[in-house]
Amino acid sequence: MTSFWSAWIIVLTLGSIFGYVWLLMANRKTDTAPNEVKHHVFDGIEEYDNPLPMWWFYLFIVCVVAALAYLAWYPGLGNFKGLGNWTSTQQHEERVAAKEANFQKHVEGFMAISPEELAKDFKAVKMGERIFKSNCAVCHGSDARGSFAFPNLTDNDWLYGGDAESIKKTITDGRIALMPSWSMQLGDDMDNMVTFVRNLSVEGMEGQKSDPMYNKFQQICSSCHGVDGKGMQASGAPNLTDDIWLYGGEHHDVKLTIQKGRNGQMPAHKDLLSEERIHLLTAFILSFQNSLD
Amino acid sequence: MKHETVEKNIGLMMIFIALVISVGALVEIVPLFFQKETTEPVKGLKPYTALQLEGRDIYIREGCHVCHTQMIRPLRAETERYGHYSVAGEFVYEHPFLWGSKRTGPDLARVGGRYSDDWHKLHLYDPQAVVAGSVMPAYPWLWEQKIDGDKTGKKMAALRSVGVPYTDEQIAKSFDETDGQLEIDALVAYLQQLGTVISHQR
Repeated sequence: MTSFWSAWIIVLTLGSIFGYVWLLMANRKTDTAPNEVKHHVFDGIEEYDNPLPMWWFYLFIVCVVAALAYLAWYPGLGNFKGLGNWTSTQQHEERVAAKEANFQKHVEGFMAISPEELAKDFKAVKMGERIFKSNCAVCHGSDARGSFAFPNLTDNDWLYGGDAESIKKTITDGRIALMPSWSMQLGDDMDNMVTFVRNLSVEGMEGQKSDPMYNKFQQICSSCHGVDGKGMQASGAPNLTDDIWLYGGEHHDVKLTIQKGRNGQMPAHKDLLSEERIHLLTAFILSFQNSLD
Repeated sequence: MKHETVEKNIGLMMIFIALVISVGALVEIVPLFFQKETTEPVKGLKPYTALQLEGRDIYIREGCHVCHTQMIRPLRAETERYGHYSVAGEFVYEHPFLWGSKRTGPDLARVGGRYSDDWHKLHLYDPQAVVAGSVMPAYPWLWEQKIDGDKTGKKMAALRSVGVPYTDEQIAKSFDETDGQLEIDALVAYLQQLGTVISHQR
Protein backbone atom coordinates (compact mmCIF):
# COMPACT_ATOMS: atom_id res chain seq x y z
CA MET A 1 0.00 0.00 0.00
CA THR A 2 1.37 3.43 -0.85
CA SER A 3 2.06 5.79 2.05
CA PHE A 4 -0.75 8.05 0.84
CA TRP A 5 -3.41 5.37 1.28
CA SER A 6 -1.79 4.23 4.50
CA ALA A 7 -2.02 7.79 5.88
CA TRP A 8 -5.58 8.10 4.52
CA ILE A 9 -6.69 5.05 6.50
CA ILE A 10 -4.84 6.06 9.69
CA VAL A 11 -6.12 9.65 9.69
CA LEU A 12 -9.74 8.68 8.97
CA THR A 13 -9.79 5.80 11.46
CA LEU A 14 -8.12 7.55 14.38
CA GLY A 15 -9.82 10.85 13.44
CA SER A 16 -13.26 9.31 13.71
CA ILE A 17 -12.46 7.51 16.98
CA PHE A 18 -11.17 10.71 18.60
CA GLY A 19 -14.07 12.61 17.04
CA TYR A 20 -16.47 10.31 18.89
CA VAL A 21 -14.52 10.80 22.11
CA TRP A 22 -14.82 14.56 21.72
CA LEU A 23 -18.56 14.26 21.05
CA LEU A 24 -18.96 12.08 24.13
CA MET A 25 -17.05 14.52 26.35
CA ALA A 26 -18.73 17.60 24.91
CA ASN A 27 -22.15 16.21 25.83
CA ARG A 28 -21.37 15.27 29.41
CA LYS A 29 -22.88 18.49 30.73
CA THR A 30 -26.04 20.23 29.61
CA ASP A 31 -27.06 23.78 30.50
CA THR A 32 -30.42 22.67 31.88
CA ALA A 33 -30.91 21.56 35.44
CA PRO A 34 -31.35 17.79 36.06
CA ASN A 35 -34.79 16.53 35.07
CA GLU A 36 -35.84 19.94 33.79
CA VAL A 37 -38.33 19.61 30.97
CA LYS A 38 -37.43 21.33 27.70
CA HIS A 39 -39.66 24.04 26.36
CA HIS A 40 -40.83 22.32 23.20
CA VAL A 41 -43.79 19.98 23.10
CA PHE A 42 -44.74 17.73 20.16
CA ASP A 43 -48.15 16.04 20.27
CA GLY A 44 -48.07 16.33 24.03
CA ILE A 45 -44.66 14.67 24.29
CA GLU A 46 -42.12 16.53 26.40
CA GLU A 47 -38.37 15.93 26.63
CA TYR A 48 -35.64 16.01 29.26
CA ASP A 49 -32.14 17.18 28.40
CA ASN A 50 -30.18 14.97 30.81
CA PRO A 51 -26.61 13.81 30.05
CA LEU A 52 -25.96 10.10 29.35
CA PRO A 53 -26.30 7.83 32.40
CA MET A 54 -22.89 6.88 33.79
CA TRP A 55 -23.09 3.16 32.86
CA TRP A 56 -23.78 4.16 29.29
CA PHE A 57 -20.98 6.72 29.25
CA TYR A 58 -18.46 4.18 30.56
CA LEU A 59 -19.66 1.60 28.05
CA PHE A 60 -18.59 4.03 25.32
CA ILE A 61 -15.23 4.54 27.02
CA VAL A 62 -14.70 0.76 27.16
CA CYS A 63 -15.53 0.52 23.44
CA VAL A 64 -13.02 3.22 22.56
CA VAL A 65 -10.28 1.58 24.64
CA ALA A 66 -11.05 -1.81 23.08
CA ALA A 67 -10.93 -0.29 19.59
CA LEU A 68 -7.55 1.32 20.24
CA ALA A 69 -6.16 -1.87 21.76
CA TYR A 70 -7.40 -3.85 18.73
CA LEU A 71 -5.79 -1.39 16.33
CA ALA A 72 -2.53 -1.58 18.27
CA TRP A 73 -2.38 -5.39 18.25
CA TYR A 74 -3.90 -6.34 14.88
CA PRO A 75 -3.17 -4.88 11.42
CA GLY A 76 -5.79 -2.18 10.96
CA LEU A 77 -3.96 1.08 10.50
CA GLY A 78 -2.63 1.22 6.93
CA ASN A 79 0.85 -0.23 6.64
CA PHE A 80 1.25 -0.64 10.41
CA LYS A 81 1.44 -4.41 10.91
CA GLY A 82 0.28 -4.34 14.51
CA LEU A 83 2.29 -5.28 17.59
CA GLY A 84 1.11 -8.90 17.34
CA ASN A 85 2.36 -9.31 13.73
CA TRP A 86 -0.83 -11.26 13.01
CA THR A 87 -1.92 -12.04 9.44
CA SER A 88 -4.77 -14.26 8.32
CA THR A 89 -2.55 -16.04 5.77
CA GLN A 90 0.06 -16.80 8.39
CA GLN A 91 -2.55 -18.11 10.80
CA HIS A 92 -3.95 -20.29 8.03
CA GLU A 93 -0.50 -21.62 7.13
CA GLU A 94 0.30 -22.42 10.75
CA ARG A 95 -2.92 -24.35 11.18
CA VAL A 96 -2.42 -26.25 7.93
CA ALA A 97 1.19 -27.06 8.90
CA ALA A 98 0.15 -28.28 12.36
CA LYS A 99 -2.50 -30.53 10.87
CA GLU A 100 -0.18 -31.78 8.13
CA ALA A 101 2.50 -32.57 10.74
CA ASN A 102 -0.07 -34.60 12.65
CA PHE A 103 -1.07 -36.41 9.45
CA GLN A 104 2.55 -37.17 8.59
CA LYS A 105 3.08 -38.58 12.09
CA HIS A 106 0.28 -41.06 11.42
CA VAL A 107 1.29 -42.06 7.89
CA GLU A 108 4.94 -42.41 8.85
CA GLY A 109 5.91 -45.91 7.87
CA PHE A 110 2.84 -46.45 5.65
CA MET A 111 4.67 -45.26 2.54
CA ALA A 112 7.20 -48.06 2.77
CA ILE A 113 4.43 -50.68 2.79
CA SER A 114 2.77 -51.70 -0.47
CA PRO A 115 -0.94 -50.81 -0.82
CA GLU A 116 -1.80 -54.54 -1.00
CA GLU A 117 -0.24 -55.08 2.42
CA LEU A 118 -1.61 -51.79 3.74
CA ALA A 119 -5.12 -52.94 2.80
CA LYS A 120 -4.91 -55.32 5.77
CA ASP A 121 -3.94 -52.55 8.20
CA PHE A 122 -7.03 -51.37 10.07
CA LYS A 123 -5.72 -47.86 10.76
CA ALA A 124 -4.52 -47.22 7.20
CA VAL A 125 -7.83 -48.42 5.74
CA LYS A 126 -9.79 -46.21 8.14
CA MET A 127 -7.66 -43.20 7.14
CA GLY A 128 -8.16 -44.05 3.48
CA GLU A 129 -11.89 -44.34 4.05
CA ARG A 130 -12.08 -40.82 5.46
CA ILE A 131 -10.13 -39.42 2.51
CA PHE A 132 -12.44 -41.38 0.21
CA LYS A 133 -15.56 -39.99 1.84
CA SER A 134 -14.49 -36.39 1.47
CA ASN A 135 -13.08 -36.68 -2.06
CA CYS A 136 -14.48 -39.65 -3.94
CA ALA A 137 -17.87 -40.48 -2.43
CA VAL A 138 -19.67 -37.77 -4.41
CA CYS A 139 -19.31 -39.89 -7.56
CA HIS A 140 -18.52 -43.40 -6.36
CA GLY A 141 -20.96 -43.32 -3.42
CA SER A 142 -20.19 -43.37 0.29
CA ASP A 143 -20.20 -47.18 0.18
CA ALA A 144 -17.87 -47.12 -2.91
CA ARG A 145 -20.44 -49.13 -4.85
CA GLY A 146 -20.79 -46.46 -7.51
CA SER A 147 -23.98 -45.61 -9.33
CA PHE A 148 -25.19 -45.05 -12.88
CA ALA A 149 -22.13 -43.96 -14.91
CA PHE A 150 -19.75 -44.29 -11.93
CA PRO A 151 -18.03 -47.64 -11.41
CA ASN A 152 -18.46 -49.85 -8.39
CA LEU A 153 -15.07 -50.11 -6.66
CA THR A 154 -15.93 -52.99 -4.34
CA ASP A 155 -16.22 -55.78 -6.94
CA ASN A 156 -13.38 -57.31 -8.94
CA ASP A 157 -14.51 -55.92 -12.30
CA TRP A 158 -11.91 -53.31 -13.23
CA LEU A 159 -12.09 -50.99 -16.22
CA TYR A 160 -8.45 -49.91 -16.05
CA GLY A 161 -6.91 -52.64 -13.93
CA GLY A 162 -7.25 -53.52 -10.27
CA ASP A 163 -3.60 -53.76 -9.23
CA ALA A 164 -2.19 -51.09 -6.91
CA GLU A 165 -0.22 -49.40 -9.66
CA SER A 166 -3.18 -49.09 -12.04
CA ILE A 167 -5.44 -47.76 -9.27
CA LYS A 168 -2.82 -45.20 -8.30
CA LYS A 169 -2.47 -44.12 -11.90
CA THR A 170 -6.25 -43.80 -12.26
CA ILE A 171 -6.44 -41.55 -9.20
CA THR A 172 -3.34 -39.51 -10.00
CA ASP A 173 -3.72 -38.87 -13.72
CA GLY A 174 -7.40 -39.55 -14.19
CA ARG A 175 -8.91 -41.53 -17.08
CA ILE A 176 -10.85 -40.55 -20.14
CA ALA A 177 -12.94 -43.26 -21.76
CA LEU A 178 -14.18 -42.94 -25.30
CA MET A 179 -17.00 -45.02 -26.65
CA PRO A 180 -17.86 -43.51 -30.03
CA SER A 181 -21.29 -43.45 -31.59
CA TRP A 182 -21.96 -46.42 -33.91
CA SER A 183 -25.30 -45.35 -35.40
CA MET A 184 -23.84 -44.86 -38.88
CA GLN A 185 -22.00 -48.20 -39.03
CA LEU A 186 -24.81 -50.28 -37.58
CA GLY A 187 -27.81 -48.66 -39.28
CA ASP A 188 -30.77 -51.06 -39.19
CA ASP A 189 -28.76 -53.67 -37.29
CA MET A 190 -28.77 -51.52 -34.14
CA ASP A 191 -31.44 -53.47 -32.24
CA ASN A 192 -29.96 -56.82 -33.28
CA MET A 193 -26.55 -55.70 -32.04
CA VAL A 194 -28.02 -54.58 -28.71
CA THR A 195 -29.63 -57.98 -28.28
CA PHE A 196 -26.35 -59.69 -29.23
CA VAL A 197 -24.35 -57.64 -26.72
CA ARG A 198 -26.87 -58.20 -23.92
CA ASN A 199 -26.80 -61.89 -24.69
CA LEU A 200 -23.01 -62.05 -24.24
CA SER A 201 -23.40 -62.39 -20.51
CA VAL A 202 -25.89 -65.21 -20.99
CA GLU A 203 -24.60 -67.31 -23.89
CA GLY A 204 -21.09 -65.89 -24.28
CA MET A 205 -19.26 -65.21 -27.52
CA GLU A 206 -18.92 -68.85 -28.58
CA GLY A 207 -22.57 -69.56 -27.90
CA GLN A 208 -23.63 -66.91 -30.42
CA LYS A 209 -21.23 -67.80 -33.22
CA SER A 210 -24.11 -68.45 -35.61
CA ASP A 211 -25.71 -65.08 -34.88
CA PRO A 212 -25.47 -62.74 -37.89
CA MET A 213 -24.19 -60.03 -35.52
CA TYR A 214 -21.15 -62.15 -34.59
CA ASN A 215 -19.13 -61.02 -37.61
CA LYS A 216 -20.24 -57.44 -37.22
CA PHE A 217 -19.11 -57.47 -33.58
CA GLN A 218 -15.74 -58.84 -34.63
CA GLN A 219 -15.40 -56.11 -37.27
CA ILE A 220 -16.55 -53.11 -35.26
CA CYS A 221 -16.37 -53.81 -31.54
CA SER A 222 -13.60 -56.33 -31.02
CA SER A 223 -10.72 -53.87 -31.46
CA CYS A 224 -11.58 -52.37 -28.07
CA HIS A 225 -13.83 -54.92 -26.35
CA GLY A 226 -11.71 -57.87 -27.51
CA VAL A 227 -12.55 -60.81 -29.79
CA ASP A 228 -14.01 -62.60 -26.77
CA GLY A 229 -15.94 -59.47 -25.64
CA LYS A 230 -14.10 -59.48 -22.33
CA GLY A 231 -12.86 -55.92 -22.71
CA MET A 232 -9.41 -54.39 -22.63
CA GLN A 233 -8.03 -52.63 -19.59
CA ALA A 234 -5.43 -50.67 -21.59
CA SER A 235 -8.19 -48.63 -23.22
CA GLY A 236 -10.74 -48.93 -20.43
CA ALA A 237 -13.18 -50.88 -22.63
CA PRO A 238 -15.52 -52.79 -20.33
CA ASN A 239 -16.00 -56.53 -20.21
CA LEU A 240 -19.36 -57.17 -21.93
CA THR A 241 -19.75 -60.76 -20.76
CA ASP A 242 -20.07 -60.30 -16.99
CA ASP A 243 -23.53 -58.73 -16.73
CA ILE A 244 -22.12 -55.61 -15.04
CA TRP A 245 -23.43 -52.49 -16.77
CA LEU A 246 -22.00 -49.08 -16.05
CA TYR A 247 -24.73 -47.29 -17.99
CA GLY A 248 -27.57 -49.71 -17.36
CA GLY A 249 -28.18 -53.15 -18.86
CA GLU A 250 -31.74 -52.80 -20.18
CA HIS A 251 -32.27 -52.88 -23.92
CA HIS A 252 -32.83 -49.12 -24.19
CA ASP A 253 -29.79 -48.36 -21.96
CA VAL A 254 -27.41 -50.44 -24.06
CA LYS A 255 -28.97 -49.04 -27.22
CA LEU A 256 -28.37 -45.47 -26.05
CA THR A 257 -24.74 -46.32 -25.28
CA ILE A 258 -24.16 -47.74 -28.76
CA GLN A 259 -26.16 -45.00 -30.50
CA LYS A 260 -24.73 -41.95 -28.80
CA GLY A 261 -21.44 -43.23 -27.41
CA ARG A 262 -20.17 -42.62 -23.88
CA ASN A 263 -17.44 -40.40 -22.58
CA GLY A 264 -16.77 -41.39 -19.00
CA GLN A 265 -14.13 -39.40 -17.23
CA MET A 266 -12.25 -39.83 -14.00
CA PRO A 267 -10.76 -36.44 -13.07
CA ALA A 268 -7.02 -36.32 -12.32
CA HIS A 269 -6.28 -35.84 -8.64
CA LYS A 270 -2.55 -35.13 -8.75
CA ASP A 271 -3.14 -31.42 -8.14
CA LEU A 272 -5.67 -32.11 -5.40
CA LEU A 273 -4.31 -34.92 -3.26
CA SER A 274 -0.81 -35.60 -1.94
CA GLU A 275 1.07 -38.80 -2.71
CA GLU A 276 0.47 -40.11 0.83
CA ARG A 277 -3.27 -39.62 0.53
CA ILE A 278 -3.40 -41.40 -2.84
CA HIS A 279 -1.39 -44.25 -1.28
CA LEU A 280 -3.94 -44.57 1.54
CA LEU A 281 -6.86 -44.33 -0.90
CA THR A 282 -5.39 -47.15 -2.97
CA ALA A 283 -5.11 -49.28 0.17
CA PHE A 284 -8.73 -48.50 1.07
CA ILE A 285 -9.98 -49.45 -2.39
CA LEU A 286 -7.95 -52.65 -2.37
CA SER A 287 -9.30 -53.55 1.08
CA PHE A 288 -12.64 -54.49 -0.55
CA GLN A 289 -10.87 -57.26 -2.47
CA ASN A 290 -9.93 -58.98 0.79
CA SER A 291 -13.56 -59.49 1.73
CA LEU A 292 -14.63 -60.67 -1.73
CA ASP A 293 -13.94 -64.38 -1.96
CA MET B 1 -22.04 23.18 19.83
CA LYS B 2 -25.47 22.47 21.21
CA HIS B 3 -27.16 19.42 19.78
CA GLU B 4 -30.21 21.59 19.30
CA THR B 5 -28.33 23.33 16.50
CA VAL B 6 -27.98 20.02 14.63
CA GLU B 7 -31.41 18.73 15.48
CA LYS B 8 -33.23 21.81 14.29
CA ASN B 9 -31.23 22.24 11.08
CA ILE B 10 -32.15 19.34 8.81
CA GLY B 11 -29.59 20.25 6.10
CA LEU B 12 -26.71 20.28 8.57
CA MET B 13 -27.93 17.03 10.08
CA MET B 14 -27.95 15.34 6.65
CA ILE B 15 -24.37 16.43 6.02
CA PHE B 16 -23.22 15.10 9.39
CA ILE B 17 -25.03 11.79 8.93
CA ALA B 18 -23.49 11.34 5.47
CA LEU B 19 -20.03 12.03 6.91
CA VAL B 20 -20.43 9.60 9.78
CA ILE B 21 -21.78 6.69 7.75
CA SER B 22 -19.25 7.09 4.94
CA VAL B 23 -16.15 6.68 7.12
CA GLY B 24 -16.32 2.88 7.03
CA ALA B 25 -16.54 2.78 3.23
CA LEU B 26 -13.87 5.44 2.81
CA VAL B 27 -11.45 3.46 4.96
CA GLU B 28 -12.28 -0.11 3.97
CA ILE B 29 -13.41 0.08 0.34
CA VAL B 30 -11.97 3.14 -1.41
CA PRO B 31 -8.27 2.26 -0.91
CA LEU B 32 -8.92 -1.14 -2.58
CA PHE B 33 -9.70 0.61 -5.87
CA PHE B 34 -6.03 1.55 -6.01
CA GLN B 35 -4.26 -1.64 -4.82
CA LYS B 36 -2.41 -3.94 -7.22
CA GLU B 37 -3.69 -7.00 -5.35
CA THR B 38 -7.26 -6.13 -6.21
CA THR B 39 -6.99 -4.51 -9.63
CA GLU B 40 -4.48 -6.77 -11.43
CA PRO B 41 -5.39 -10.28 -12.57
CA VAL B 42 -3.51 -13.25 -11.13
CA LYS B 43 -1.02 -14.90 -13.47
CA GLY B 44 -2.74 -17.01 -16.11
CA LEU B 45 -6.22 -15.54 -15.64
CA LYS B 46 -8.16 -15.46 -18.91
CA PRO B 47 -11.52 -13.89 -19.69
CA TYR B 48 -14.38 -16.38 -20.12
CA THR B 49 -14.80 -17.97 -23.53
CA ALA B 50 -18.07 -17.13 -25.29
CA LEU B 51 -19.65 -20.42 -24.17
CA GLN B 52 -18.46 -20.08 -20.58
CA LEU B 53 -19.82 -16.54 -20.49
CA GLU B 54 -23.25 -17.76 -21.57
CA GLY B 55 -22.97 -20.50 -18.94
CA ARG B 56 -22.26 -17.86 -16.33
CA ASP B 57 -25.40 -15.99 -17.31
CA ILE B 58 -27.40 -19.19 -16.90
CA TYR B 59 -25.77 -19.65 -13.48
CA ILE B 60 -27.06 -16.19 -12.57
CA ARG B 61 -30.48 -16.75 -14.15
CA GLU B 62 -31.09 -19.98 -12.25
CA GLY B 63 -29.99 -18.33 -9.01
CA CYS B 64 -27.13 -20.73 -8.30
CA HIS B 65 -25.37 -17.94 -6.41
CA VAL B 66 -28.23 -17.82 -3.91
CA CYS B 67 -27.26 -21.22 -2.47
CA HIS B 68 -23.63 -21.55 -3.57
CA THR B 69 -20.81 -19.18 -2.68
CA GLN B 70 -17.68 -18.67 -4.76
CA MET B 71 -15.37 -17.48 -2.02
CA ILE B 72 -13.02 -19.72 -0.07
CA ARG B 73 -11.85 -18.05 3.12
CA PRO B 74 -8.34 -18.61 4.52
CA LEU B 75 -9.53 -21.08 7.16
CA ARG B 76 -8.10 -24.58 7.31
CA ALA B 77 -11.44 -26.33 7.29
CA GLU B 78 -12.36 -24.52 4.07
CA THR B 79 -9.07 -24.82 2.21
CA GLU B 80 -8.95 -28.51 3.01
CA ARG B 81 -12.37 -29.09 1.55
CA TYR B 82 -12.44 -26.63 -1.33
CA GLY B 83 -8.81 -25.85 -2.20
CA HIS B 84 -6.60 -22.76 -2.05
CA TYR B 85 -8.33 -19.73 -0.55
CA SER B 86 -9.69 -17.21 -3.04
CA VAL B 87 -7.51 -14.23 -3.89
CA ALA B 88 -8.73 -10.85 -5.16
CA GLY B 89 -6.82 -11.08 -8.45
CA GLU B 90 -8.97 -14.05 -9.54
CA PHE B 91 -12.06 -11.85 -9.72
CA VAL B 92 -10.71 -8.95 -11.78
CA TYR B 93 -12.80 -9.91 -14.84
CA GLU B 94 -15.95 -10.66 -12.83
CA HIS B 95 -18.85 -8.31 -13.51
CA PRO B 96 -20.73 -8.69 -11.25
CA PHE B 97 -19.03 -10.79 -8.57
CA LEU B 98 -20.77 -14.06 -7.71
CA TRP B 99 -19.22 -14.46 -4.27
CA GLY B 100 -22.63 -15.08 -2.71
CA SER B 101 -23.34 -14.80 0.97
CA LYS B 102 -24.96 -18.05 2.03
CA ARG B 103 -23.98 -21.69 1.69
CA THR B 104 -26.96 -23.96 1.38
CA GLY B 105 -24.83 -26.04 -0.98
CA PRO B 106 -21.04 -26.21 -1.01
CA ASP B 107 -18.73 -23.47 -2.19
CA LEU B 108 -18.05 -23.66 -5.93
CA ALA B 109 -15.04 -21.36 -6.23
CA ARG B 110 -12.77 -24.28 -7.25
CA VAL B 111 -15.22 -26.87 -8.49
CA GLY B 112 -13.60 -26.83 -11.96
CA GLY B 113 -12.08 -30.22 -12.81
CA ARG B 114 -13.20 -31.81 -9.53
CA TYR B 115 -15.92 -33.86 -11.23
CA SER B 116 -16.42 -35.11 -14.77
CA ASP B 117 -18.76 -33.43 -17.25
CA ASP B 118 -21.01 -36.49 -16.99
CA TRP B 119 -21.25 -36.07 -13.25
CA HIS B 120 -22.32 -32.44 -13.57
CA LYS B 121 -24.95 -33.34 -16.15
CA LEU B 122 -26.34 -36.19 -14.11
CA HIS B 123 -26.28 -34.03 -11.00
CA LEU B 124 -28.04 -31.07 -12.60
CA TYR B 125 -30.64 -33.36 -14.17
CA ASP B 126 -31.36 -35.26 -10.98
CA PRO B 127 -29.22 -34.21 -7.99
CA GLN B 128 -30.52 -36.98 -5.74
CA ALA B 129 -29.34 -39.62 -8.23
CA VAL B 130 -25.72 -38.93 -7.28
CA VAL B 131 -25.97 -37.21 -3.89
CA ALA B 132 -28.56 -38.95 -1.75
CA GLY B 133 -30.31 -36.53 0.58
CA SER B 134 -29.33 -33.45 -1.43
CA VAL B 135 -31.85 -30.59 -1.28
CA MET B 136 -30.78 -29.18 -4.63
CA PRO B 137 -33.57 -28.79 -7.18
CA ALA B 138 -33.30 -30.37 -10.65
CA TYR B 139 -32.84 -28.27 -13.78
CA PRO B 140 -34.15 -30.48 -16.60
CA TRP B 141 -35.08 -27.57 -18.87
CA LEU B 142 -31.39 -26.86 -19.49
CA TRP B 143 -31.51 -29.85 -21.87
CA GLU B 144 -34.35 -28.30 -23.87
CA GLN B 145 -33.41 -24.64 -24.12
CA LYS B 146 -30.81 -23.45 -26.56
CA ILE B 147 -28.59 -20.39 -26.48
CA ASP B 148 -29.37 -17.44 -28.69
CA GLY B 149 -25.90 -16.45 -29.90
CA ASP B 150 -26.99 -13.02 -31.13
CA LYS B 151 -26.46 -11.46 -27.73
CA THR B 152 -23.14 -13.08 -26.82
CA GLY B 153 -21.01 -10.62 -28.81
CA LYS B 154 -22.85 -7.66 -27.29
CA LYS B 155 -22.28 -9.01 -23.80
CA MET B 156 -18.58 -9.40 -24.53
CA ALA B 157 -18.37 -5.88 -25.94
CA ALA B 158 -20.09 -4.54 -22.82
CA LEU B 159 -17.61 -6.39 -20.61
CA ARG B 160 -14.76 -5.04 -22.71
CA SER B 161 -15.94 -1.51 -21.99
CA VAL B 162 -15.38 -2.16 -18.28
CA GLY B 163 -11.91 -3.60 -18.76
CA VAL B 164 -12.20 -7.27 -19.72
CA PRO B 165 -9.63 -7.78 -22.51
CA TYR B 166 -11.74 -9.40 -25.22
CA THR B 167 -10.31 -9.18 -28.72
CA ASP B 168 -12.33 -8.26 -31.82
CA GLU B 169 -11.68 -11.77 -33.09
CA GLN B 170 -13.19 -13.39 -29.98
CA ILE B 171 -16.28 -11.22 -30.29
CA ALA B 172 -16.60 -11.98 -34.02
CA LYS B 173 -16.44 -15.74 -33.36
CA SER B 174 -18.81 -15.68 -30.39
CA PHE B 175 -21.97 -16.29 -32.44
CA ASP B 176 -20.64 -19.48 -34.00
CA GLU B 177 -19.34 -20.72 -30.67
CA THR B 178 -22.58 -20.33 -28.76
CA ASP B 179 -25.61 -20.16 -31.05
CA GLY B 180 -27.82 -23.21 -30.82
CA GLN B 181 -25.78 -24.90 -28.09
CA LEU B 182 -27.73 -26.52 -25.28
CA GLU B 183 -27.79 -24.47 -22.11
CA ILE B 184 -26.51 -27.41 -20.08
CA ASP B 185 -23.30 -27.53 -22.12
CA ALA B 186 -22.67 -23.83 -21.54
CA LEU B 187 -23.29 -24.18 -17.80
CA VAL B 188 -20.98 -27.18 -17.49
CA ALA B 189 -18.30 -25.33 -19.50
CA TYR B 190 -18.57 -22.47 -17.00
CA LEU B 191 -18.48 -24.75 -13.95
CA GLN B 192 -15.51 -26.75 -15.25
CA GLN B 193 -13.20 -23.71 -15.39
CA LEU B 194 -14.12 -22.29 -11.96
CA GLY B 195 -11.02 -21.62 -9.90
CA THR B 196 -8.68 -23.63 -12.09
CA VAL B 197 -6.19 -20.77 -12.42
CA ILE B 198 -4.77 -21.56 -8.96
CA SER B 199 -4.12 -25.19 -8.06
CA HIS B 200 -3.22 -26.46 -4.64
CA GLN B 201 -2.47 -29.92 -3.34
CA ARG B 202 -3.82 -31.02 -0.01
